[in-house]
Amino acid sequence: MSKAVKLALTLAAVATVTGCQTAPQPLYQWESYQPQVYEYFKGEPKEAQVEALERDLQKINASGRKAPPGYHAHLGMLYMNMGKDDQMVQEFRTEKALFPESAAYMDFLLKNAKAGVATK
Amino acid sequence: MSLLKLTGALLALALLGGCAAPKTVDYSAYKQARPKSILVLPPINESPEVQASYSLVSQVTYPLAEAGYYVLPIALVDETFRQNGLTTANDIQAVQPAKLHDIFGADAALYITISEYGTQYMLISSDTSVTASAKLVDLRTGTTLWTGSARASSEEGNNNGGGLVGMLITAAVKQVINSSTDAAHPIAGITSARLLSAGQRTGILYGPRNPKYGTD
Repeated sequence: MSKAVKLALTLAAVATVTGCQTAPQPLYQWESYQPQVYEYFKGEPKEAQVEALERDLQKINASGRKAPPGYHAHLGMLYMNMGKDDQMVQEFRTEKALFPESAAYMDFLLKNAKAGVATK
Repeated sequence: MSLLKLTGALLALALLGGCAAPKTVDYSAYKQARPKSILVLPPINESPEVQASYSLVSQVTYPLAEAGYYVLPIALVDETFRQNGLTTANDIQAVQPAKLHDIFGADAALYITISEYGTQYMLISSDTSVTASAKLVDLRTGTTLWTGSARASSEEGNNNGGGLVGMLITAAVKQVINSSTDAAHPIAGITSARLLSAGQRTGILYGPRNPKYGTD
């Protein structure tokens, strides 16, 4: 086999293997968002969830990258459950600022909270 | 030289066609609707495992958000339905799209059904698998934009031949071995990634927050 053929075969093999596998940088820094959503559904203690999400948020902010969609809103919900209304409002507003797509839903939640019909 | 030419042609094909396999489904309504945000409704669970719905739905944000969509906060959405007296997935998935749009302001909703979740114990080995199907619906018009289904199984890990999905499966299988309580949970994560990642043949399209938006 000539050198050129060998090279071409190698390149073809590399292209085939790596073709779609070059993983780009994720859009968001996820940390434990999804596991914490599962913890919430399983009814695990909310204090531990807030602690984990607050700790991870510091990591995300320190890295200069972005928290995923829903992260701040989820944290806001936990604050709401714990009666920490000021922090809830703050998180819902942050979600809205980071993701304008959430504006209608965040406004709906903030309006309900103001009207005193917030969850639990 | 003909072998060289053939290899060259194959290489060109691999480079050109590698990630842009021809789509076989009709994306015209999807492309016209251009959804930016997705409301994931609680999945209908047809498996006997009660935790299936929450296990899967807690892992759908990753592929959808990385595809470039805004995904409404999963648990908070569930709470909002509860406050409004809707506690079962069947009831929630029957709500009119226009009503969902009024409350949540999302462009599209994802309707998921889980048909398989759990472990089958066999003589020598056991197989933990999760199967789900999904439908993306435009909440302004009620039009179905996309449908798909996916399955993942712990038994794939033995001969997956490497690659990213192979690595994911191997990692998930290790978790399965180490977890006696919810062995199917990491498998559900694989199912979710297969079902809802962009850049796949017949998969969902890239959303506006991904740099590849509009290229598929």
